Amino acid sequence: MDNENIQYAIQMKHITKRFGSVLANDDVDLELRRGEILSLLGENGSGKTTLMNMLGGIYYPDEGQIFINGEEVTIASPKDAFRCGIGMIHQHFKLIDVFTAAENIVLGLEGEKGKLNKEAIHKVIRDISDRYGFEIDPDQKVYNMSVSQKQTVEIVKVLYRGADILILDEPTAVLTPQETEKLFAVMRNMKADGKAIIIITHKLHEVLSVSDRVAVLRKGKYVGSVDTRDATRQSLSDMMVGRAVSLNIDCPKYDNPVDRLIVDHLSVRSKDGVLRLDDVSFTARDGEILGIAGIAGSGQKELLEAISGMQTLEEGSSITYIDPKTGEREALDRLDPLDIINLGVRMAFVPEDRFGMGLVGGMNIVENVKLRSFRRGRSIFTDQRFPQKQATQIVDELQVVTPDLNRTPLRRLSGGNVQKVLVGREIAGTPRVMMTAYAVRGLDINTSLTIYKLLTEQKMNGVAVIYVGEDLDVLLELCDRIMVLCGGKVSGIVDPRQVTKEQVGLMMTQLGGESDAQ
Amino acid sequence: MSFLMSLPTLLHSAVIFGTVILFGAMGEILTEKGGNLNLGVPGIMYLGGIAGLCATFAYENVYCVRAGVSPNIAVCVILCLLATFLAAALGGLIYAFLTITLRTNQNVTGLTLTIFGSGIGNFFGGSLNKLAGGVGQVSVAATSEAFRAYPQGLVNALDRVTGSLGLGTLLFSYGFLTYVALALAIVLWYFLGKTRSGLSLRAVGENPATADAAGINVTKYKYLATCLGAGITGMGGTYYVMNYIRGTWENQGTIEALGWLAVALVIFATWKPLRSIWGSYLFGMLYWAYFYIPNLTRSSKELFKMLPYVVTLIVLLVVSLRRKKEDQPPASLGLPYFREER
Repeated sequence: MDNENIQYAIQMKHITKRFGSVLANDDVDLELRRGEILSLLGENGSGKTTLMNMLGGIYYPDEGQIFINGEEVTIASPKDAFRCGIGMIHQHFKLIDVFTAAENIVLGLEGEKGKLNKEAIHKVIRDISDRYGFEIDPDQKVYNMSVSQKQTVEIVKVLYRGADILILDEPTAVLTPQETEKLFAVMRNMKADGKAIIIITHKLHEVLSVSDRVAVLRKGKYVGSVDTRDATRQSLSDMMVGRAVSLNIDCPKYDNPVDRLIVDHLSVRSKDGVLRLDDVSFTARDGEILGIAGIAGSGQKELLEAISGMQTLEEGSSITYIDPKTGEREALDRLDPLDIINLGVRMAFVPEDRFGMGLVGGMNIVENVKLRSFRRGRSIFTDQRFPQKQATQIVDELQVVTPDLNRTPLRRLSGGNVQKVLVGREIAGTPRVMMTAYAVRGLDINTSLTIYKLLTEQKMNGVAVIYVGEDLDVLLELCDRIMVLCGGKVSGIVDPRQVTKEQVGLMMTQLGGESDAQ
Repeated sequence: MSFLMSLPTLLHSAVIFGTVILFGAMGEILTEKGGNLNLGVPGIMYLGGIAGLCATFAYENVYCVRAGVSPNIAVCVILCLLATFLAAALGGLIYAFLTITLRTNQNVTGLTLTIFGSGIGNFFGGSLNKLAGGVGQVSVAATSEAFRAYPQGLVNALDRVTGSLGLGTLLFSYGFLTYVALALAIVLWYFLGKTRSGLSLRAVGENPATADAAGINVTKYKYLATCLGAGITGMGGTYYVMNYIRGTWENQGTIEALGWLAVALVIFATWKPLRSIWGSYLFGMLYWAYFYIPNLTRSSKELFKMLPYVVTLIVLLVVSLRRKKEDQPPASLGLPYFREER
């Protein structure tokens, strides 16, 4: 290819970004040409969104340079990004519910002062819509809109502001296939008009259908880019997951696994009626770590919440717990969370915000431990000594770094230490079923290894462990079986010794994981 | 029927008290549209009222008496309004600094401001009474006269034409601030609904993060809305002092009662300036209803005094049952705004 004639809309050179000790982007180079659609591909946590946020003015790179249309620029705020003609459409829309589409679009713009000229604004919006094929009613209130309509407003908003470089962060995650097709048609129109577009997506078939070129990130590093016409699902998936890395996590075998939890035809709908889990069936056994793999938002959260009694299940779903002493079968789907906890089903849930469920940031370690045990004891006073003892034990055994047990609020500890307290407390309750979601997210390698060791110990004590994870290398070494979720459905349950990382990666992006099926 | 006979007087008192409430509510609507819930409305009314009274006292009863001249009406009015606005806006500034810059709890700060304002008001009011000497009652007669002046001829003529309806008295027998309040409500409606700045302010109150990302200076808008809002609220205090108690001071807590009614009116009007106009007169009527209903005992009077609050409760109930998005309070009302630090 003749490099002389290529005009670059964006060139990012040697970009590095750290969050504390975590390297989110490591010496990344990325180029976007005028009039092309570039897919940015990578696993969860590979640094795609971080990289894009540096173009959108939300983060500032620690090292490296950014060139827009060949000129070096400094992007320190969203306003700077606008000035460079970069428009970013985030996964979470920034819209005001009670305003109309038009009001949201012109919000904050320095137009002619004083009165809003509704006719003029509507005309510009209509021009943009006609040019690229949007369907938008400028007078419609945002709270009356579907997700796809809101997204349209976001895109028109950046176009109204004169963006000629668009970045879409997982725009199809919330869309139906038909809406996705419409979006792609619009993107092709914008491309024909000379706009440069970056789209972040996990879905390989979308990558192949809409983009001209694919750039791949893996664990914060730039792997490379290929022209879409030279790529296949298999080649992209291989680039994305990379070669398997050995982590030397022990996976001892437990002698005599017994069924502990049977999930059958489980379906769950979200509040807005979208099917989040679709006919999921599996069995968790004593002495096994059952890994759950899948792209973020494939139903992992709903699955764990359903088991712990926090979701309303669809007709026909059943969750059965087998009592280890009596062998009796208990249906969990009609119990409330307290009953389920008393049966020995425990959940350590670590969403992005560690304090969302499970821990209270303003309370100290002992008080947080007490949250699980405050019902103990016979008098009206809660047992003070037991949580104190338990907290001391957790801090000693897991080497939690904290100035004290009783004074420092948990929020002041580092993420790793907070995580140790949470996992330690859940283990101390001697559960029969232990569920963890993203137990090592944001933790350094040593703390992660400690957590893996703890989970394996639990397993060898005969606990059924369910481990929702993101890192395929870890899942393959740590787990006894892996269930792969894809869009709320079970894509397959596999033996980690008999599959490759690439196969699992493919199963995450399409049901069953057959290569180049479509 | 004695009730029907007394209707015109009831309406007249309703308009006067209603205007006090209207000023308070308009200021509070402006403040709340920017996302700040200022419960200091009664305190700010006190601040406004006492500042207006002090300024005119200094001019009319001190300066003019010493100089031996008769007070200039224009100076009286301008001085009074200026002092009112400045003192009230200063109260708003204290609140703004605490809640916007230092991000203190808005409810606590507002309530404290109410206590502070009523303390300041009654302290200086009492001192003025002492200074006034003699009968022990301060009075800025000339200024109050100016505030209450209305076109007598027109009113009389209209009254003659409309006979027992007494439209002249009903419509035009109030001081000029009454009509200023009406005009201000319309201006506020236009500002909030039709202008770019109004749109930006509402965005700040709904979702400051979105407003910030769109390039709106959230802090500036919040400060301006809070201080200007307080300035308007303070006018309510002066209106009460000059129009109702005729340029004197009383410490029976009526200003405070009206201040709370103003806060209730904001909810009643569902944050809409035009709705607050008729709402304020309705509240004024409900406030005085007990006075015009015959044969009430002392305790049942108290029941009737609750009417405005009962009506507000009913409105809250209806609004939350209907779940109409446009009738809801600004989404981030009462919440401090932290820009996401990365």
